[in-house]
Amino acid sequence: MKCTKVLNLFLASVMLVTIAAGCKRNPKNITNIPGQPPTRVGEGDRAQPVGAGNPLPMGPGATGAPIKDIRPGDEMNQNEDRTALAPQTVYFEFDRSAIKPSEQPKLDQVATYLKSNPNFQLKVEGNCDERGTEEYNRALGERRAIAAREYLIQKHNIESGRITTVSFGEDKAADPGKTEEAYAKNRRDEFVVLKP
Amino acid sequence: MNLSRRFLLPTLGLLFSCFIRQISAAAADDQPVEVYSRAAVRVIPISVTGYSGEANSVVKFDLEVIGFQITDSATAQYNLAGKNDGSQVEGRLTDRLSKASLLAKAYTGGTTRSQAHTLADEVVQAILRVSGIARTKIAFKGESPDGRTSEIYISDYDGQNSIQVTRDNSLAAAPAWVPQHLHLLYTSYKSGFAWLYSHNLSTGERRPFAKFGGLNTSAAISPDGKRVAMILSKTGSPDVWVSNIDGTGLTQLTKTAVDESSPCWSPDGSKICFASKIDERRGLFLISSSGGPMSRLNVGGVPSPSEPDWSPDGKSIVFTSQRGGGFDICTVAPSGGNADLLVAGEDPSWAPNSRTVVFARRVGSKRVLSLLDVPTKRVKDTAQVAGSRSQPSWAK
Repeated sequence: MKCTKVLNLFLASVMLVTIAAGCKRNPKNITNIPGQPPTRVGEGDRAQPVGAGNPLPMGPGATGAPIKDIRPGDEMNQNEDRTALAPQTVYFEFDRSAIKPSEQPKLDQVATYLKSNPNFQLKVEGNCDERGTEEYNRALGERRAIAAREYLIQKHNIESGRITTVSFGEDKAADPGKTEEAYAKNRRDEFVVLKP
Repeated sequence: MNLSRRFLLPTLGLLFSCFIRQISAAAADDQPVEVYSRAAVRVIPISVTGYSGEANSVVKFDLEVIGFQITDSATAQYNLAGKNDGSQVEGRLTDRLSKASLLAKAYTGGTTRSQAHTLADEVVQAILRVSGIARTKIAFKGESPDGRTSEIYISDYDGQNSIQVTRDNSLAAAPAWVPQHLHLLYTSYKSGFAWLYSHNLSTGERRPFAKFGGLNTSAAISPDGKRVAMILSKTGSPDVWVSNIDGTGLTQLTKTAVDESSPCWSPDGSKICFASKIDERRGLFLISSSGGPMSRLNVGGVPSPSEPDWSPDGKSIVFTSQRGGGFDICTVAPSGGNADLLVAGEDPSWAPNSRTVVFARRVGSKRVLSLLDVPTKRVKDTAQVAGSRSQPSWAK
């Protein structure tokens, strides 16, 4: 992790502020997804413009050095390895985003891999079969990616900042067929390792 | 009966065939019965004579889309006669029984297509006394023939004159118009993630609009053009968020642990309708656009509703219902009640006339865009291309 001193100080100060303010509880099994730095502090970024990045507020004790507007991916490692965890692709029931017990050992292997490669990060890609409307599936795919991410965070204590998500909905079918067998292959999370 | 309120055409004395069969929970159990509602309004017979080539096909297409049936002069209720010679399109519209002349004009300038569209719009105005839609635009997602990439396109409402908006060789989806502007918001995976972009089609200027961690998608601009509803998952679950059109004032409206999708605005901007799944049951929900509790919209038991779009006149919400492996276009009153099942299809978007709907229809392995005249239930496909077209959004 390329956490600079400034960023550490910033996060530490934000944590203090959050504790002091009385953090609003998120629903269970919901963890912010890494992206722009404000997402690290939950709802503290409501007033931030959606578009061009604004300078971040500096916490007490910060040196005043500017923190760059980090984009999803920027703070993640850039080299994608799609094969390392390909056998661990997790499959889902129709219209479900819960990790099936039969699929959990694969996620346990993903956690082991991440623990033995502390410099690597993970992109979870959620996908759906075509039996749903497009934007519904884009949201469902995201929930599938989040389900794997939460499992890794909650069960294996993987640092939340190491895992990001992307949903392709039904746009990246693994099998273009129109059979139940093909649909089952398409309802999946793929794990892409991000290396320095 | 609210049909008469919705489709009232009093000057025509049209007969309503009040046999709309409304769907109840009992009828939706995957039975192979004819569950679609019948047409509420009959087609209007009109004759179209004297035209050739493109002008002929354009005028006829435009009139059929809005609920006319092209017949011979002797049986038609209205006669449209004219000619086209490459430089202009002429039209004379008469009421066959009263012999009253309703329109007599020649259209010059532009292309033959645009002249013919203008004539059709004026015929619609003269007979139905509503604005025509033949010169409006749609935006949509267009897939490459191999389905590996998708780009955003705009075209005339009939699918002709399409213009490719994005050239990212990536995936793009869910375009939405800024009302009254040549300006789109859409989702692109250009960065490797699902981000929202704001794209001014007049200047070509494009900038990321929402690029938070996780999902950024399903932009919908309020009818006054001042606010944007969208789906973001940055706090750990796909939720409905709103911001100002410049991106300021970002506010999280829903905080569920399930997935929300496809927000749309009420015409006055006070409410947002979206799809979610609460208590293990998929449904449409309403929430104040300034926040507050969400409430389920009663759709009379049609299964798995999603993709709502609120009509500009405020009277109807069109949406997609998923039934077994198929999809149906349905409408329901914003106050809830029994939904009308109209035709097979998905991704509906209202025209500015609150009468016509553009939607996607699965044909074999691809999707085509079709136009549905809700009162007469006539469906006409737009121009065909090699790849799939879906997620249409009608410019308003």
